[in-house]
Amino acid sequence: MPDNTNALAITEKPPKRVSELRRTLRVMFDRPVVIGGAVVIVFMVILAIFAPLIAPYPPNDQNLMATLQSPSHAHWLGTDELGRDFLTRVIYGAQISLLVGVVAVSLAGAVGMVLGLIAGYFGGWVSNIIMRFIDALLALPPMVLMLAIAAMLGGGLKTVLIAIGIAMMPTYCRLMCGQVLSLKGNDYVTAARAGGAGNLRIMFRHLLPNSLAPMMVLMSVNLGTAILMEATLSYLGIGILPPAATWGIEVSSGQRFILSHPILPFAPCIAITILVLAFNMVGDGLRDALDPRLRGTL
Amino acid sequence: MASFIIRRILLTILVLIIISFLSFLLLYIMPGDPAAAALGLSATPAQIEAYRHELWLDRPFMVQYFHWVGNAVRGDFGESIAYKEPISTIFKQSLPITLYLSMWAFILSTILGISAGIICAIRRGGLLDQVISVMANIGIAVPIFFLGILGIYFFALKLNWLPIMGWTSPTDNFIESSRQALMPVIALSVPGIAMMARQTRSSMLEVIRQDYLRTAWSKGLKERQVIIRHALKNALIPIVTLLGLQVRTLVGGSVVVEQVFNIPGMGRLLVYSAFSKDFIIIQAGVLLIGAVVCLANLLVDISYGWLDPRVRYD
Repeated sequence: MPDNTNALAITEKPPKRVSELRRTLRVMFDRPVVIGGAVVIVFMVILAIFAPLIAPYPPNDQNLMATLQSPSHAHWLGTDELGRDFLTRVIYGAQISLLVGVVAVSLAGAVGMVLGLIAGYFGGWVSNIIMRFIDALLALPPMVLMLAIAAMLGGGLKTVLIAIGIAMMPTYCRLMCGQVLSLKGNDYVTAARAGGAGNLRIMFRHLLPNSLAPMMVLMSVNLGTAILMEATLSYLGIGILPPAATWGIEVSSGQRFILSHPILPFAPCIAITILVLAFNMVGDGLRDALDPRLRGTL
Repeated sequence: MASFIIRRILLTILVLIIISFLSFLLLYIMPGDPAAAALGLSATPAQIEAYRHELWLDRPFMVQYFHWVGNAVRGDFGESIAYKEPISTIFKQSLPITLYLSMWAFILSTILGISAGIICAIRRGGLLDQVISVMANIGIAVPIFFLGILGIYFFALKLNWLPIMGWTSPTDNFIESSRQALMPVIALSVPGIAMMARQTRSSMLEVIRQDYLRTAWSKGLKERQVIIRHALKNALIPIVTLLGLQVRTLVGGSVVVEQVFNIPGMGRLLVYSAFSKDFIIIQAGVLLIGAVVCLANLLVDISYGWLDPRVRYD
């Protein structure tokens, strides 16, 4: 931030909220890689939303007379073992990846933040119970936790969302708890209480908004992780079930034809890597803009 | 220090108890009757009832839990539904394989990651820093199965340098075992190397700005001494934190790697059990893996106390 804004703020009106947002965006998109990441994400979102218009064929249109074709004019990435146009399959894969990323992270964020808020605000035995459960969840590798949940609930979109949500939730809880602990001694909390605000009001109107910045950073970084988790679960066969078009499934079924058709496993792999990389870049940019102290810790 | 260690051990035991409870609870999120699911469609109601009794499923919740935990503590996890063998026997075969691969990946990612991070921090903004940083970013984003398949495609199928997949015990045939383990270990360690490099770079950069480092330079110490003795030692705390998390990442990654390379470790066992609805193995596996990770975390916590005396008095 330029130094003169502070000087101005004293003599003139305080800077408007809009300029705060503009400042954040300017710092965020300072580096070209962040812009590149944002462009990739926008591109993928457009692909996902308009997949039925963009994709050259319907995603589950089989043609058993034209299986495992090499790339051609009619099929830019060739066809898979059931004669489905592979470019179409890869385009539709973006739908599930983005959907799972956004929903699972929101789920994990919402539950984790509320639990962390409760634990940090009330402290004492409430905090002890919640945080020990969080410790236990954090001790389990997310992959193993997801696998166990998916095994018990059976595959499918809902299971994947629940499994990824639970696996990611503890980090939010712990971060939120730490935030609340450092914030609840502030004067504005005392002022609110003196003004007659109840616990719920203090928690959700005062503490929550003031600790949102690091949560946003964590969420943006986690979007890529969630997409990676979904792809891995689907690759292992315990995530989203065929014939849905997801990148993980496409890799695991394409893997069998790797020698003759390397494009089948590699195209969705590259799509996953690019999308996750894009989310990580934008997440890094957001972190630099919102909370430079977190640099390197997330 | 002793009271710090004892406090940490007690906390670890508490967390382990909660993990055992959570993994036992897994059974209760399963829709339908676990015994019926395990026996399949052909089972008669009487068979299912007998099996329920055998698995203690017809007892009250807490009785079941204490029965299960009591046996687990003595190393008896029950009998697998799919393999019809004691689970402890199955674990004795598969856990060492996973630990062996993870150990090499841990060593590799620690050494390479920290070295890469130090190089980046010293040559900040230079070409080497930029190249390593870009590679580290890609290394975090790339799915492990992609690395595995890529390795199989180039080094096994195209160049014919390494076997495609499989597992040989290092005590049976060390050379063959190493040839087979090379690609899995590398695929497993890439995310770790990338994370370590990023963390080391940023925490070294944090330290390099400090006054005491300028003092170290100005009193004429050699570069190696400044970097290793003064900078790295103070930058080590966040790196050690990540080392603890690394155990989690490696065990999780081995699930994928073992599947790609067809290695009979814990990871493949769990995936297979997920398919065959072998909930007894899954419960026991979650508990065992949780215990391994808790033990690793305990070591990390204790090494904190050793690295940074302030931590002992929290």
